[in-house]
Amino acid sequence: MSETIIRGGTVVDPANGIHGRHDVVVRDGVIAALLRADADDGGAAESIDASGCLVVPGLIDIHVHLREPGYEYKETVESGTRAAVAGGFTSVACMANTNPVNDSAAVTDYIRERAAAAALARVFPIGAVSKGLKGEELAEIGEMQRAGIVAVSDDGMPIMNGGLMRRALEYTSMFGLPVIVHEEERTIAGEGVMNEGTLSLRLGLKGVHAAAEEAMIARDIALLERTGGRLHIAHLSTAGSVDLVRAAKQRGLAVSAEASPHHFSLTEDAVDGYNTNAKMNPPLRTACDVEAVRRGLHDGTIEVIATDHAPHHRDEKEVEFDVAANGIVGLETALPLALRLTEECGIPLATIVAAMTVNPARILRLPHGTLSAGAAADITVIDPARRWTVEAARFKSKSRNTPFEGMQMQGQAVLTMVGGRIVWRADAVGGA
Amino acid sequence: MPFAHRHLLGLEGLSRDELTFLLDTARSFTEISERDIKKVPTLRGKTVVSLFYEASTRTRASFEIAAKRMSADFVSLTSSTSSATKGETLLDTARNLAAMRPDAIILRHAAAGAPHFLAARLECPIINAGDGAHEHPTQALLDLLTIRERKRRLDGLTIAIVGDILHSRVARSNIFALNTLGASLRLIGPPTLLPPELRAWGETTTSLDEGVRDADVIMMLRIQLERQGKNFFPTVDEYSRYFCLTQRAVAHAKPDVMILHPGPMNRGVEIASDVADGPYSVIMDQVTNGIAVRMAVLYLLANRPKLEAESDTESAAVQDQVPAPAPRLRRRAG
Repeated sequence: MSETIIRGGTVVDPANGIHGRHDVVVRDGVIAALLRADADDGGAAESIDASGCLVVPGLIDIHVHLREPGYEYKETVESGTRAAVAGGFTSVACMANTNPVNDSAAVTDYIRERAAAAALARVFPIGAVSKGLKGEELAEIGEMQRAGIVAVSDDGMPIMNGGLMRRALEYTSMFGLPVIVHEEERTIAGEGVMNEGTLSLRLGLKGVHAAAEEAMIARDIALLERTGGRLHIAHLSTAGSVDLVRAAKQRGLAVSAEASPHHFSLTEDAVDGYNTNAKMNPPLRTACDVEAVRRGLHDGTIEVIATDHAPHHRDEKEVEFDVAANGIVGLETALPLALRLTEECGIPLATIVAAMTVNPARILRLPHGTLSAGAAADITVIDPARRWTVEAARFKSKSRNTPFEGMQMQGQAVLTMVGGRIVWRADAVGGA
Repeated sequence: MPFAHRHLLGLEGLSRDELTFLLDTARSFTEISERDIKKVPTLRGKTVVSLFYEASTRTRASFEIAAKRMSADFVSLTSSTSSATKGETLLDTARNLAAMRPDAIILRHAAAGAPHFLAARLECPIINAGDGAHEHPTQALLDLLTIRERKRRLDGLTIAIVGDILHSRVARSNIFALNTLGASLRLIGPPTLLPPELRAWGETTTSLDEGVRDADVIMMLRIQLERQGKNFFPTVDEYSRYFCLTQRAVAHAKPDVMILHPGPMNRGVEIASDVADGPYSVIMDQVTNGIAVRMAVLYLLANRPKLEAESDTESAAVQDQVPAPAPRLRRRAG
């Protein structure tokens, strides 16, 4: 029997409505108990000093690209999960746009094997909605579910075929799997490479109109209303999108939504100077949109924070803006950006933690994101005062494509535990 | 030196003084092209490379003639003669050219920001000869020079710009500079090519007659025939019914209106032939002035180390304010 006590920290466990000083007792890889601070625990256990720190359920990121198989030069399951645990994440769900696409049980199995070998964060594969992400025929969703997928998504590719989307929502209801959608009406988005507006006009870049996202969300909400499936909208980026989701929720529909740290931290201004590390899809939007996304997080319209961690090789970003790859790495910068919302717009800490733990767990029906007794001991210890500067060269990820380079951050995961095993420990963290 | 930039990437952000200095410098070069022997030794021993990833007649020839009239050696590469056809990246191509130590690289590229991308990574002066739908600074400078020659001023003029403003780098460069210089702008085109955000830059209207009313200057833009079929307008015929500059439309402008077109023209589409060739047209003056503008730009950028050295000896006080040139530049200056 092995026992560890995480002492002296402030526990934030939204799943159980807990926010206060507790010691967390971990026994044989599971949470044994939360003790009132400084309670007598017999003194036999190994102890981790978390004083001054937050102790939260291991963070869960339901939107990452681990790039394996096929794009190992950008990221591997090993390097991606190493980045995850360094960022405080104990579970990640990885998108299907690998090569080959994760549209079969064989690829799902492969990803899970790679994750087991890496033995860092838990990895939950997301299967493709359509074969080859082509948006034409359903992939073998049932076979993939038996192999362990937790959702389906053609992420990166919008499902332009509304008939297919309808069938996907219907068919997945048999398995209780959510359909995660990248909402972009391609015929409206055209060849856009950034938000359409004053800045795109000034820079002479083609714009992606906000309506490209909103039109697809409106379509999918209309489909959802009739099908009874579960719809999860990835990386909401516009004020209109937030309004559509809010209204759908008020009608009681099974829709959930996520926001990415870049969409609540940066505006399109980051693109100025043709910064390819600020190129992503959906694009960074206006201050007004950022404000709306933050409000959506605050009022629960958007219940999940997910990174859309999208590693790309330097060569794919060190090019003309038009041809640069979309996306940024996010696992190692998400936490401080999320914590910043508590100060910048008064979102309660528990809401932020819930958006990175219990809420994503519920959407994917994972038994994680909680410090309930008996749950696997997935725990993140955060030093909320720790100041650090983003240096992409020090990322655990294989890729360096971040718009946050050089930015001052506050708050960092100092210890990450998966199933009772410490998988990440920042320098100079007290232990005994 | 009143123009303390290593590159010419665009006219956005240049001050009134800088723009005026560029135009004054260009003005001083116009006379050379009127001589019998059209050659001065100003850039003797300098090498200018032009790298064109898009088709061009006027701009490329104009830069080449400008460079040669100043005795620079001129090397001209196009995408079909460069390693782009072998899959080399823009940056690698430009780095290799820069390693041959030219004194300026002139770049035309379909991607907005391509010259900015290179300028951030290379020491060699980069001259933007058109980047996607973004800027075409030398074209706008020659437009401004042409207008100023005739009107003696730019501020207070009413200038109508007609056509595909959304996709036009010529329009953008002109808009940026003209707003800085105090002209008042009317932007005219179909709503599909006239996004609402344009209102920050000028008055917008979909009526050609209204837009050109009492205008001092009308700048026509080329309508890209490729826009047909992309639903910006149904057909070129219908476009020309509404936006072709005819004598009838010109009659709404001031009696001494000037009509500009950057070329290449689609006669009968955006501009009627009798207008293009008529008394108000200064289209050929624009082309002539293009040489002077490009001579000025090459003079200021390719000659920068020398000019800096001169201003160093002129005034120690100024030297304190100007950042020290990179060591390599200083050596070459000496």
